[in-house]
Amino acid sequence: MAYSPIVMDHFKTPRNVGEIPDADGLGEVGNPVCGDMMSVYIKVEGDRIADIKFKTFGCGAAIAVSSMITELAKGKTLEEAMKIKNSDVAKALGGLPPNKLHCSNLGADALHSAIKNYLDRKSGKVVAKEEGEPHHPERGAACYCPYCEKKVEEESPFCIFCGKEMPHDHDH
Amino acid sequence: MGFIYLDHQSGTPLHPKVQEAMIQQIQTIFGNPSSDHQVGQPAAAVLEKARAQTAALINANPPEIVFTSGGTESNNQAIKGVAIGLREKGRHIITSNIEHKSVLNSLRTLRLLDYRVTSLDVDQYGSVDPGAVEKAITPETILISVMLANNEIGTIEPIAKIAEIAKKHKIVMHTDAVAATGNIPVDVQELGVNLLSLAANQFYGPSGVGALYIRKGTPVWPLLDGGTQENKRRAGTENLIGIVGLGAAAALAKEAIPARQARLRALKERLEQGIKARIPEIHVNGHPTLNLPHLLSVSVEYIEGESLMLMLDDEGIVVATRSACASGSLRASHVLIGTGMDFATAQGTLVFTLGEENTDAEIDRVLEVMPGIVQTLREMSPLYKKSPH
Repeated sequence: MAYSPIVMDHFKTPRNVGEIPDADGLGEVGNPVCGDMMSVYIKVEGDRIADIKFKTFGCGAAIAVSSMITELAKGKTLEEAMKIKNSDVAKALGGLPPNKLHCSNLGADALHSAIKNYLDRKSGKVVAKEEGEPHHPERGAACYCPYCEKKVEEESPFCIFCGKEMPHDHDH
Repeated sequence: MGFIYLDHQSGTPLHPKVQEAMIQQIQTIFGNPSSDHQVGQPAAAVLEKARAQTAALINANPPEIVFTSGGTESNNQAIKGVAIGLREKGRHIITSNIEHKSVLNSLRTLRLLDYRVTSLDVDQYGSVDPGAVEKAITPETILISVMLANNEIGTIEPIAKIAEIAKKHKIVMHTDAVAATGNIPVDVQELGVNLLSLAANQFYGPSGVGALYIRKGTPVWPLLDGGTQENKRRAGTENLIGIVGLGAAAALAKEAIPARQARLRALKERLEQGIKARIPEIHVNGHPTLNLPHLLSVSVEYIEGESLMLMLDDEGIVVATRSACASGSLRASHVLIGTGMDFATAQGTLVFTLGEENTDAEIDRVLEVMPGIVQTLREMSPLYKKSPH
Protein backbone atom coordinates (compact mmCIF):
# COMPACT_ATOMS: atom_id res chain seq x y z
CA MET A 1 0.00 0.00 0.00
CA ALA A 2 2.43 2.64 1.27
CA TYR A 3 0.77 6.00 0.56
CA SER A 4 2.93 9.13 0.32
CA PRO A 5 2.71 11.73 3.13
CA ILE A 6 0.81 14.09 0.76
CA VAL A 7 -1.74 11.37 0.03
CA MET A 8 -2.20 10.72 3.75
CA ASP A 9 -2.58 14.45 4.44
CA HIS A 10 -5.28 14.87 1.78
CA PHE A 11 -6.97 11.66 2.90
CA LYS A 12 -7.09 12.62 6.57
CA THR A 13 -8.03 16.26 6.03
CA PRO A 14 -9.64 16.41 2.61
CA ARG A 15 -10.19 19.86 1.11
CA ASN A 16 -13.49 20.99 -0.43
CA VAL A 17 -15.71 18.12 0.68
CA GLY A 18 -19.42 18.54 0.04
CA GLU A 19 -21.97 19.51 -2.56
CA ILE A 20 -22.82 22.83 -4.21
CA PRO A 21 -26.64 22.95 -4.22
CA ASP A 22 -26.87 25.39 -7.17
CA ALA A 23 -23.81 24.06 -9.01
CA ASP A 24 -23.26 25.10 -12.64
CA GLY A 25 -21.80 21.72 -13.51
CA LEU A 26 -21.80 18.22 -12.06
CA GLY A 27 -19.50 15.37 -13.05
CA GLU A 28 -19.98 11.80 -11.85
CA VAL A 29 -17.58 8.97 -12.62
CA GLY A 30 -16.90 5.42 -11.48
CA ASN A 31 -19.23 3.02 -9.77
CA PRO A 32 -19.06 1.15 -6.50
CA VAL A 33 -18.55 -2.22 -8.23
CA CYS A 34 -15.12 -1.05 -9.31
CA GLY A 35 -14.39 0.31 -5.88
CA ASP A 36 -14.64 4.05 -6.38
CA MET A 37 -17.26 6.64 -7.23
CA MET A 38 -16.75 10.39 -7.39
CA SER A 39 -18.99 13.42 -7.85
CA VAL A 40 -17.54 16.89 -8.61
CA TYR A 41 -19.60 20.09 -8.35
CA ILE A 42 -18.38 23.34 -9.94
CA LYS A 43 -19.49 26.95 -9.73
CA VAL A 44 -18.30 29.00 -12.72
CA GLU A 45 -17.79 32.78 -12.78
CA GLY A 46 -16.78 34.20 -16.17
CA ASP A 47 -14.55 31.48 -17.53
CA ARG A 48 -13.09 30.53 -14.16
CA ILE A 49 -13.91 27.82 -11.64
CA ALA A 50 -14.92 29.98 -8.68
CA ASP A 51 -15.85 27.11 -6.39
CA ILE A 52 -15.51 23.35 -6.50
CA LYS A 53 -16.60 20.57 -4.14
CA PHE A 54 -16.57 16.78 -4.19
CA LYS A 55 -18.13 13.68 -2.73
CA THR A 56 -16.34 10.33 -3.00
CA PHE A 57 -16.98 6.69 -2.16
CA GLY A 58 -13.61 5.00 -2.22
CA CYS A 59 -10.31 4.10 -0.68
CA GLY A 60 -7.69 6.41 0.80
CA ALA A 61 -6.20 7.10 -2.63
CA ALA A 62 -9.58 7.96 -4.15
CA ILE A 63 -10.35 10.47 -1.40
CA ALA A 64 -6.89 12.06 -1.65
CA VAL A 65 -7.20 12.27 -5.46
CA SER A 66 -10.60 13.98 -5.10
CA SER A 67 -9.24 16.48 -2.63
CA MET A 68 -6.19 17.23 -4.78
CA ILE A 69 -8.15 17.75 -8.00
CA THR A 70 -10.33 20.36 -6.30
CA GLU A 71 -7.19 22.17 -5.12
CA LEU A 72 -5.61 22.04 -8.57
CA ALA A 73 -8.76 23.23 -10.37
CA LYS A 74 -9.93 26.01 -8.05
CA GLY A 75 -9.48 29.44 -9.67
CA LYS A 76 -8.31 27.99 -12.98
CA THR A 77 -9.94 28.89 -16.29
CA LEU A 78 -12.07 26.16 -17.84
CA GLU A 79 -9.49 25.76 -20.58
CA GLU A 80 -6.67 25.34 -18.05
CA ALA A 81 -8.74 22.92 -16.00
CA MET A 82 -9.48 20.77 -19.04
CA LYS A 83 -5.72 20.31 -19.46
CA ILE A 84 -5.25 18.75 -16.00
CA LYS A 85 -4.59 15.06 -16.46
CA ASN A 86 -5.01 12.16 -14.04
CA SER A 87 -1.24 11.78 -14.08
CA ASP A 88 -0.86 15.43 -12.94
CA VAL A 89 -3.00 14.65 -9.90
CA ALA A 90 -0.94 11.58 -9.07
CA LYS A 91 2.25 13.66 -9.45
CA ALA A 92 0.91 16.43 -7.19
CA LEU A 93 0.17 13.77 -4.57
CA GLY A 94 3.79 12.60 -4.60
CA GLY A 95 2.84 9.47 -6.53
CA LEU A 96 0.30 6.70 -6.02
CA PRO A 97 0.85 2.95 -5.56
CA PRO A 98 0.83 1.28 -9.00
CA ASN A 99 -2.38 -0.67 -8.42
CA LYS A 100 -4.18 2.56 -7.48
CA LEU A 101 -3.22 4.42 -10.64
CA HIS A 102 -5.75 2.35 -12.50
CA CYS A 103 -8.63 2.17 -10.06
CA SER A 104 -8.69 5.30 -7.97
CA ASN A 105 -7.25 7.98 -10.19
CA LEU A 106 -10.58 9.38 -11.36
CA GLY A 107 -10.14 13.01 -10.33
CA ALA A 108 -9.42 14.59 -13.72
CA ASP A 109 -12.13 12.48 -15.36
CA ALA A 110 -14.68 13.76 -12.84
CA LEU A 111 -13.52 17.37 -13.25
CA HIS A 112 -13.67 17.20 -17.05
CA SER A 113 -17.10 15.62 -16.83
CA ALA A 114 -18.30 18.51 -14.62
CA ILE A 115 -16.91 21.11 -17.06
CA LYS A 116 -18.53 19.34 -19.99
CA ASN A 117 -21.81 19.27 -18.08
CA TYR A 118 -21.51 23.05 -17.49
CA LEU A 119 -20.78 23.73 -21.18
CA ASP A 120 -23.69 21.51 -22.26
CA ARG A 121 -26.06 23.32 -19.91
CA LYS A 122 -24.79 26.71 -21.14
CA SER A 123 -25.31 25.78 -24.77
CA GLY A 124 -28.89 24.87 -23.91
CA LYS A 125 -28.49 21.16 -24.35
CA VAL A 126 -30.85 19.40 -22.01
CA VAL A 127 -28.73 17.05 -20.01
CA ALA A 128 -30.22 14.17 -18.16
CA LYS A 129 -28.40 13.43 -14.93
CA GLU A 130 -25.88 10.84 -15.97
CA GLU A 131 -25.47 7.59 -14.18
CA GLY A 132 -21.85 6.88 -13.32
CA GLU A 133 -20.40 4.71 -16.03
CA PRO A 134 -18.33 1.69 -15.16
CA HIS A 135 -14.78 2.66 -16.10
CA HIS A 136 -13.54 -0.88 -16.47
CA PRO A 137 -16.43 -3.11 -17.34
CA GLU A 138 -16.41 -6.81 -16.57
CA ARG A 139 -16.20 -9.02 -19.62
CA GLY A 140 -18.47 -11.69 -18.26
CA ALA A 141 -17.08 -13.59 -15.32
CA ALA A 142 -14.06 -14.92 -17.20
CA CYS A 143 -10.59 -13.42 -17.56
CA TYR A 144 -8.82 -12.99 -20.86
CA CYS A 145 -5.16 -12.45 -21.63
CA PRO A 146 -4.79 -8.83 -22.80
CA TYR A 147 -2.10 -9.88 -25.28
CA CYS A 148 -3.35 -13.02 -26.99
CA GLU A 149 -7.03 -12.74 -25.95
CA LYS A 150 -7.16 -16.37 -24.84
CA LYS A 151 -9.23 -17.27 -21.79
CA VAL A 152 -6.98 -17.62 -18.74
CA GLU A 153 -7.44 -18.52 -15.08
CA GLU A 154 -8.09 -15.71 -12.59
CA GLU A 155 -5.00 -14.07 -11.08
CA SER A 156 -2.65 -16.01 -13.34
CA PRO A 157 0.95 -14.82 -12.88
CA PHE A 158 1.52 -15.12 -16.64
CA CYS A 159 -0.46 -16.28 -19.66
CA ILE A 160 0.13 -19.99 -20.26
CA PHE A 161 -0.62 -19.54 -23.96
CA CYS A 162 1.65 -16.63 -24.94
CA GLY A 163 3.93 -16.48 -21.90
CA LYS A 164 3.44 -12.72 -21.24
CA GLU A 165 3.37 -11.46 -17.61
CA MET A 166 -0.18 -10.54 -16.62
CA PRO A 167 -0.48 -6.89 -15.52
CA HIS A 168 -1.01 -6.53 -11.74
CA ASP A 169 -3.56 -3.78 -11.91
CA HIS A 170 -5.69 -5.49 -14.50
CA ASP A 171 -9.21 -6.03 -13.20
CA HIS A 172 -10.27 -7.99 -16.27
CA MET B 1 1.72 -1.27 22.99
CA GLY B 2 0.66 2.02 21.45
CA PHE B 3 -2.09 0.46 19.39
CA ILE B 4 -5.12 -1.77 19.73
CA TYR B 5 -4.52 -4.89 17.67
CA LEU B 6 -7.71 -6.42 16.30
CA ASP B 7 -6.28 -8.23 13.28
CA HIS B 8 -5.17 -11.54 14.79
CA GLN B 9 -6.23 -13.26 11.59
CA SER B 10 -3.21 -11.71 9.88
CA GLY B 11 -0.95 -13.09 12.57
CA THR B 12 -1.08 -13.33 16.35
CA PRO B 13 1.66 -11.85 18.52
CA LEU B 14 4.10 -14.47 19.83
CA HIS B 15 3.14 -15.74 23.27
CA PRO B 16 6.00 -15.08 25.75
CA LYS B 17 6.30 -18.80 26.45
CA VAL B 18 6.56 -19.52 22.71
CA GLN B 19 9.25 -16.85 22.43
CA GLU B 20 11.12 -18.43 25.30
CA ALA B 21 11.03 -21.88 23.71
CA MET B 22 12.25 -20.50 20.37
CA ILE B 23 15.07 -18.49 21.94
CA GLN B 24 16.22 -21.50 23.90
CA GLN B 25 16.23 -23.46 20.66
CA ILE B 26 18.37 -20.87 18.87
CA GLN B 27 20.86 -20.79 21.75
CA THR B 28 21.30 -24.49 22.28
CA ILE B 29 20.57 -26.70 19.29
CA PHE B 30 21.74 -26.24 15.73
CA GLY B 31 22.01 -29.81 14.44
CA ASN B 32 20.25 -31.39 11.51
CA PRO B 33 17.61 -33.88 12.71
CA SER B 34 18.57 -36.23 9.85
CA SER B 35 22.13 -36.69 11.19
CA ASP B 36 22.64 -39.80 13.29
CA HIS B 37 25.37 -38.25 15.45
CA GLN B 38 25.54 -36.47 18.77
CA VAL B 39 24.77 -33.08 17.28
CA GLY B 40 21.92 -34.24 15.04
CA GLN B 41 20.12 -36.41 17.54
CA PRO B 42 19.15 -33.72 20.06
CA ALA B 43 17.67 -31.80 17.12
CA ALA B 44 15.66 -34.89 16.13
CA ALA B 45 14.36 -35.15 19.69
CA VAL B 46 13.25 -31.51 19.64
CA LEU B 47 11.49 -32.09 16.32
CA GLU B 48 9.62 -35.13 17.61
CA LYS B 49 8.57 -33.32 20.78
CA ALA B 50 7.02 -30.56 18.68
CA ARG B 51 5.33 -33.18 16.51
CA ALA B 52 3.76 -34.80 19.58
CA GLN B 53 2.60 -31.40 20.89
CA THR B 54 1.04 -30.49 17.53
CA ALA B 55 -0.62 -33.91 17.20
CA ALA B 56 -2.10 -33.61 20.71
CA LEU B 57 -3.78 -30.29 19.84
CA ILE B 58 -5.93 -31.99 17.17
CA ASN B 59 -6.07 -35.52 18.69
CA ALA B 60 -3.89 -37.06 15.97
CA ASN B 61 -1.03 -39.56 16.16
CA PRO B 62 2.38 -37.86 15.94
CA PRO B 63 3.48 -39.70 12.75
CA GLU B 64 0.42 -38.24 11.01
CA ILE B 65 1.76 -34.67 11.35
CA VAL B 66 3.85 -33.18 8.53
CA PHE B 67 5.40 -29.78 9.22
CA THR B 68 5.04 -27.17 6.48
CA SER B 69 5.74 -23.48 5.93
CA GLY B 70 2.17 -22.56 6.94
CA GLY B 71 -1.47 -22.78 5.96
CA THR B 72 -0.90 -22.02 2.30
CA GLU B 73 1.60 -24.83 1.87
CA SER B 74 -0.55 -27.25 3.86
CA ASN B 75 -3.52 -26.57 1.60
CA ASN B 76 -1.41 -26.84 -1.57
CA GLN B 77 0.16 -30.08 -0.32
CA ALA B 78 -3.16 -31.63 0.62
CA ILE B 79 -4.94 -30.82 -2.63
CA LYS B 80 -2.20 -31.26 -5.21
CA GLY B 81 -0.78 -34.20 -3.26
CA VAL B 82 -4.07 -36.13 -3.41
CA ALA B 83 -4.63 -35.13 -7.04
CA ILE B 84 -1.28 -36.65 -7.98
CA GLY B 85 -1.66 -39.60 -5.61
CA LEU B 86 -5.06 -40.59 -6.99
CA ARG B 87 -4.68 -39.55 -10.61
CA GLU B 88 -5.28 -43.10 -11.84
CA LYS B 89 -8.54 -43.25 -9.89
CA GLY B 90 -10.19 -40.04 -11.07
CA ARG B 91 -9.83 -36.34 -11.83
CA HIS B 92 -12.80 -34.70 -10.12
CA ILE B 93 -12.61 -32.55 -6.96
CA ILE B 94 -15.41 -30.87 -4.97
CA THR B 95 -14.96 -27.63 -3.02
CA SER B 96 -16.94 -24.52 -2.02
CA ASN B 97 -17.01 -20.97 -3.40
CA ILE B 98 -15.69 -19.41 -0.19
CA GLU B 99 -12.45 -21.29 0.37
CA HIS B 100 -9.16 -19.55 1.04
CA LYS B 101 -7.18 -18.51 -2.05
CA SER B 102 -4.59 -21.20 -1.34
CA VAL B 103 -7.32 -23.80 -1.89
CA LEU B 104 -9.01 -22.08 -4.83
CA ASN B 105 -5.75 -21.37 -6.63
CA SER B 106 -4.41 -24.90 -6.01
CA LEU B 107 -7.54 -26.05 -7.82
CA ARG B 108 -6.89 -23.48 -10.56
CA THR B 109 -3.55 -25.20 -11.19
CA LEU B 110 -5.25 -28.61 -11.29
CA ARG B 111 -7.77 -27.32 -13.84
CA LEU B 112 -4.81 -26.47 -16.08
CA LEU B 113 -3.80 -30.13 -15.74
CA ASP B 114 -7.27 -31.27 -16.83
CA TYR B 115 -8.81 -32.01 -13.47
CA ARG B 116 -12.48 -31.05 -13.11
CA VAL B 117 -13.57 -28.96 -10.15
CA THR B 118 -17.09 -28.49 -8.78
CA SER B 119 -17.28 -25.38 -6.61
CA LEU B 120 -20.43 -25.32 -4.50
CA ASP B 121 -22.53 -22.26 -3.70
CA VAL B 122 -23.07 -21.32 -0.06
CA ASP B 123 -26.16 -19.85 1.60
CA GLN B 124 -26.51 -16.29 2.95
CA TYR B 125 -24.53 -17.28 6.08
CA GLY B 126 -21.74 -18.87 4.08
CA SER B 127 -22.76 -22.42 5.04
CA VAL B 128 -22.09 -25.34 2.71
CA ASP B 129 -24.99 -27.81 2.33
CA PRO B 130 -23.79 -31.41 2.88
CA GLY B 131 -26.66 -32.58 0.64
CA ALA B 132 -25.25 -30.50 -2.22
CA VAL B 133 -21.83 -32.07 -1.65
CA GLU B 134 -23.32 -35.56 -1.96
CA LYS B 135 -25.19 -34.59 -5.15
CA ALA B 136 -21.95 -33.33 -6.72
CA ILE B 137 -20.14 -36.65 -6.25
CA THR B 138 -19.32 -38.59 -9.42
CA PRO B 139 -17.49 -41.93 -9.89
CA GLU B 140 -14.48 -39.76 -10.82
CA THR B 141 -14.47 -37.78 -7.54
CA ILE B 142 -11.23 -38.23 -5.59
CA LEU B 143 -11.25 -35.35 -3.10
CA ILE B 144 -13.62 -33.05 -1.19
CA SER B 145 -12.07 -29.91 0.32
CA VAL B 146 -14.22 -27.65 2.52
CA MET B 147 -12.89 -25.32 5.22
CA LEU B 148 -13.68 -25.88 8.89
CA ALA B 149 -14.24 -22.17 9.55
CA ASN B 150 -14.21 -19.29 7.12
CA ASN B 151 -11.45 -16.74 7.65
CA GLU B 152 -13.47 -13.73 6.47
CA ILE B 153 -16.91 -14.25 8.00
CA GLY B 154 -16.20 -16.85 10.69
CA THR B 155 -18.89 -19.36 9.69
CA ILE B 156 -18.19 -22.90 10.93
CA GLU B 157 -18.99 -25.52 8.28
CA PRO B 158 -20.61 -28.93 8.91
CA ILE B 159 -17.35 -30.81 8.31
CA ALA B 160 -18.20 -33.96 10.32
CA LYS B 161 -21.34 -34.44 8.19
CA ILE B 162 -19.51 -33.84 4.92
CA ALA B 163 -16.68 -36.18 6.00
CA GLU B 164 -19.24 -38.90 6.72
CA ILE B 165 -20.56 -38.55 3.17
CA ALA B 166 -17.00 -38.64 1.80
CA LYS B 167 -16.25 -41.80 3.77
CA LYS B 168 -19.43 -43.49 2.51
CA HIS B 169 -18.30 -42.84 -1.07
CA LYS B 170 -14.63 -43.66 -0.33
CA ILE B 171 -13.49 -40.15 -1.20
CA VAL B 172 -10.61 -38.35 0.55
CA MET B 173 -11.76 -35.45 2.75
CA HIS B 174 -9.60 -32.39 3.41
CA THR B 175 -10.47 -29.45 5.63
CA ASP B 176 -8.63 -26.13 5.83
CA ALA B 177 -8.73 -25.57 9.60
CA VAL B 178 -6.27 -22.66 9.62
CA ALA B 179 -8.75 -20.06 10.92
CA ALA B 180 -10.25 -22.51 13.42
CA THR B 181 -7.30 -24.30 15.01
CA GLY B 182 -6.27 -22.75 18.32
CA ASN B 183 -9.49 -20.76 18.58
CA ILE B 184 -12.00 -23.60 18.90
CA PRO B 185 -11.49 -27.29 19.78
CA VAL B 186 -10.42 -29.23 16.67
CA ASP B 187 -10.42 -33.04 16.82
CA VAL B 188 -9.56 -35.01 13.70
CA GLN B 189 -11.30 -38.13 15.06
CA GLU B 190 -14.56 -36.29 15.70
CA LEU B 191 -14.34 -34.51 12.35
CA GLY B 192 -13.48 -37.76 10.54
CA VAL B 193 -11.28 -36.02 7.97
CA ASN B 194 -8.28 -37.52 6.16
CA LEU B 195 -6.40 -34.24 5.87
CA LEU B 196 -6.39 -31.05 7.93
CA SER B 197 -4.36 -27.84 7.53
CA LEU B 198 -3.29 -25.60 10.41
CA ALA B 199 -0.93 -22.64 10.94
CA ALA B 200 0.97 -21.51 14.05
CA ASN B 201 0.39 -17.79 13.50
CA GLN B 202 -3.31 -18.21 14.30
CA PHE B 203 -2.62 -19.25 17.89
CA TYR B 204 0.31 -17.17 19.20
CA GLY B 205 3.01 -19.12 17.39
CA PRO B 206 5.34 -17.75 14.69
CA SER B 207 4.46 -17.03 11.04
CA GLY B 208 5.98 -19.24 8.36
CA VAL B 209 5.25 -22.57 10.02
CA GLY B 210 2.25 -24.87 10.01
CA ALA B 211 1.29 -28.48 9.65
CA LEU B 212 -0.73 -30.85 7.55
CA TYR B 213 -2.43 -33.74 9.31
CA ILE B 214 -2.35 -36.78 7.01
CA ARG B 215 -4.44 -39.68 8.31
CA LYS B 216 -2.48 -42.92 7.96
CA GLY B 217 -3.03 -44.47 4.54
CA THR B 218 -4.09 -41.27 2.75
CA PRO B 219 -2.42 -41.18 -0.69
CA VAL B 220 -0.67 -37.81 -0.60
CA TRP B 221 2.22 -37.39 -3.03
CA PRO B 222 4.88 -34.86 -1.91
CA LEU B 223 5.01 -31.37 -3.43
CA LEU B 224 8.61 -30.79 -2.43
CA ASP B 225 10.82 -33.58 -3.71
CA GLY B 226 14.16 -34.41 -2.17
CA GLY B 227 15.22 -36.40 0.87
CA THR B 228 13.18 -38.55 3.22
CA GLN B 229 12.30 -35.94 5.84
CA GLU B 230 8.73 -35.84 7.22
CA ASN B 231 7.96 -39.44 6.36
CA LYS B 232 8.88 -38.78 2.70
CA ARG B 233 6.06 -36.22 2.48
CA ARG B 234 8.04 -32.99 2.69
CA ALA B 235 11.72 -32.94 1.73
CA GLY B 236 14.21 -30.35 2.96
CA THR B 237 15.95 -29.68 6.26
CA GLU B 238 13.34 -28.74 8.83
CA ASN B 239 12.67 -25.20 10.05
CA LEU B 240 13.47 -26.31 13.57
CA ILE B 241 13.12 -22.93 15.30
CA GLY B 242 9.72 -22.33 13.74
CA ILE B 243 8.59 -25.89 14.45
CA VAL B 244 9.57 -25.52 18.12
CA GLY B 245 7.41 -22.38 18.17
CA LEU B 246 4.49 -24.27 16.64
CA GLY B 247 4.85 -27.08 19.17
CA ALA B 248 4.98 -24.68 22.13
CA ALA B 249 1.99 -22.71 20.82
CA ALA B 250 0.03 -25.94 20.28
CA ALA B 251 0.74 -27.10 23.84
CA LEU B 252 -0.43 -23.73 25.19
CA ALA B 253 -3.52 -23.72 23.00
CA LYS B 254 -4.58 -27.19 24.09
CA GLU B 255 -4.74 -25.97 27.68
CA ALA B 256 -6.08 -22.50 26.91
CA ILE B 257 -8.84 -23.11 24.36
CA PRO B 258 -11.86 -23.50 26.70
CA ALA B 259 -11.09 -20.29 28.62
CA ARG B 260 -9.80 -18.49 25.50
CA GLN B 261 -12.98 -19.29 23.62
CA ALA B 262 -15.28 -18.00 26.35
CA ARG B 263 -13.30 -14.81 26.89
CA LEU B 264 -13.02 -13.97 23.20
CA ARG B 265 -16.72 -14.61 22.63
CA ALA B 266 -17.60 -12.20 25.44
CA LEU B 267 -15.32 -9.52 23.95
CA LYS B 268 -16.78 -10.07 20.49
CA GLU B 269 -20.31 -9.83 21.88
CA ARG B 270 -19.40 -6.50 23.49
CA LEU B 271 -18.03 -5.23 20.17
CA GLU B 272 -20.91 -6.54 18.07
CA GLN B 273 -23.68 -5.22 20.34
CA GLY B 274 -21.85 -1.91 20.72
CA ILE B 275 -21.49 -1.40 16.98
CA LYS B 276 -25.11 -2.38 16.35
CA ALA B 277 -26.28 0.11 18.98
CA ARG B 278 -24.11 2.99 17.78
CA ILE B 279 -23.95 2.70 13.99
CA PRO B 280 -27.08 2.42 11.84
CA GLU B 281 -27.19 0.62 8.50
CA ILE B 282 -24.61 -2.09 9.07
CA HIS B 283 -24.65 -5.84 8.45
CA VAL B 284 -23.03 -8.48 10.62
CA ASN B 285 -21.79 -11.24 8.32
CA GLY B 286 -21.57 -14.99 8.81
CA HIS B 287 -23.68 -17.56 10.61
CA PRO B 288 -25.55 -16.17 13.66
CA THR B 289 -24.57 -19.05 15.97
CA LEU B 290 -22.15 -21.42 14.21
CA ASN B 291 -19.23 -19.02 14.08
CA LEU B 292 -15.70 -18.42 15.34
CA PRO B 293 -15.62 -16.86 18.82
CA HIS B 294 -13.04 -14.21 17.95
CA LEU B 295 -14.06 -13.03 14.47
CA LEU B 296 -16.55 -10.25 13.72
CA SER B 297 -17.20 -9.22 10.12
CA VAL B 298 -19.21 -6.04 9.67
CA SER B 299 -20.25 -4.36 6.43
CA VAL B 300 -20.90 -0.64 6.74
CA GLU B 301 -23.23 0.79 4.11
CA TYR B 302 -22.22 3.75 1.88
CA ILE B 303 -18.49 3.73 2.63
CA GLU B 304 -15.44 1.90 1.46
CA GLY B 305 -13.48 -0.37 3.80
CA GLU B 306 -9.93 0.73 3.09
CA SER B 307 -10.61 4.37 4.00
CA LEU B 308 -12.38 3.19 7.17
CA MET B 309 -9.45 0.92 8.02
CA LEU B 310 -6.91 3.74 7.44
CA MET B 311 -8.85 6.20 9.62
CA LEU B 312 -9.09 3.65 12.44
CA ASP B 313 -5.37 2.96 12.00
CA ASP B 314 -4.74 6.67 12.47
CA GLU B 315 -6.57 6.40 15.81
CA GLY B 316 -4.39 3.46 16.81
CA ILE B 317 -6.96 0.79 16.03
CA VAL B 318 -5.68 -1.99 13.77
CA VAL B 319 -8.26 -3.97 11.80
CA ALA B 320 -8.52 -5.70 8.42
CA THR B 321 -10.76 -4.77 5.52
CA ARG B 322 -12.12 -6.94 2.74
CA SER B 323 -12.68 -4.15 0.24
CA ALA B 324 -11.52 -4.69 -3.33
CA CYS B 325 -9.33 -1.62 -3.13
CA ALA B 326 -7.27 -3.05 -0.31
CA SER B 327 -6.76 -6.41 -1.98
CA GLY B 328 -3.89 -6.94 -4.37
CA SER B 329 -6.29 -8.15 -7.02
CA LEU B 330 -8.70 -5.18 -6.77
CA ARG B 331 -11.61 -7.59 -6.72
CA ALA B 332 -14.42 -7.65 -4.21
CA SER B 333 -14.18 -10.47 -1.66
CA HIS B 334 -15.26 -13.77 -3.24
CA VAL B 335 -16.55 -14.84 0.17
CA LEU B 336 -18.93 -11.91 0.65
CA ILE B 337 -20.09 -12.05 -2.97
CA GLY B 338 -20.53 -15.82 -2.45
CA THR B 339 -23.02 -15.14 0.36
CA GLY B 340 -25.07 -13.04 -2.06
CA MET B 341 -23.96 -9.61 -0.86
CA ASP B 342 -23.96 -6.79 -3.43
CA PHE B 343 -20.63 -5.30 -4.50
CA ALA B 344 -21.13 -1.86 -2.96
CA THR B 345 -21.94 -3.23 0.50
CA ALA B 346 -19.10 -5.76 0.32
CA GLN B 347 -16.74 -2.82 -0.27
CA GLY B 348 -17.46 -1.46 3.19
CA THR B 349 -16.44 -4.55 5.13
CA LEU B 350 -14.20 -4.65 8.19
CA VAL B 351 -13.00 -7.85 9.83
CA PHE B 352 -12.16 -7.67 13.53
CA THR B 353 -10.26 -10.69 14.87
CA LEU B 354 -9.76 -10.54 18.59
CA GLY B 355 -6.99 -12.07 20.65
CA GLU B 356 -5.94 -13.02 24.16
CA GLU B 357 -4.38 -9.68 24.98
CA ASN B 358 -7.46 -7.60 24.06
CA THR B 359 -9.45 -5.99 26.88
CA ASP B 360 -12.93 -4.57 27.45
CA ALA B 361 -11.35 -1.11 27.58
CA GLU B 362 -9.89 -1.60 24.09
CA ILE B 363 -13.27 -2.65 22.71
CA ASP B 364 -14.85 0.40 24.35
CA ARG B 365 -12.26 2.63 22.69
CA VAL B 366 -13.26 1.22 19.28
CA LEU B 367 -16.91 1.87 20.09
CA GLU B 368 -16.05 5.43 21.07
CA VAL B 369 -14.05 6.23 17.92
CA MET B 370 -15.70 4.24 15.14
CA PRO B 371 -19.13 5.94 14.91
CA GLY B 372 -17.55 9.37 14.29
CA ILE B 373 -15.24 8.01 11.59
CA VAL B 374 -18.12 6.22 9.88
CA GLN B 375 -20.15 9.43 9.94
CA THR B 376 -17.26 11.51 8.52
CA LEU B 377 -16.84 9.06 5.62
CA ARG B 378 -20.57 8.83 5.04
CA GLU B 379 -20.82 12.63 4.83
CA MET B 380 -18.14 12.40 2.15
CA SER B 381 -19.91 9.65 0.20
CA PRO B 382 -22.14 10.29 -2.82
CA LEU B 383 -24.04 7.09 -1.97
CA TYR B 384 -25.15 8.33 1.45
CA LYS B 385 -28.52 9.99 1.73
CA LYS B 386 -29.30 11.23 5.21
CA SER B 387 -32.27 9.42 6.69
CA PRO B 388 -35.43 11.56 6.83
CA HIS B 389 -35.86 11.63 10.63
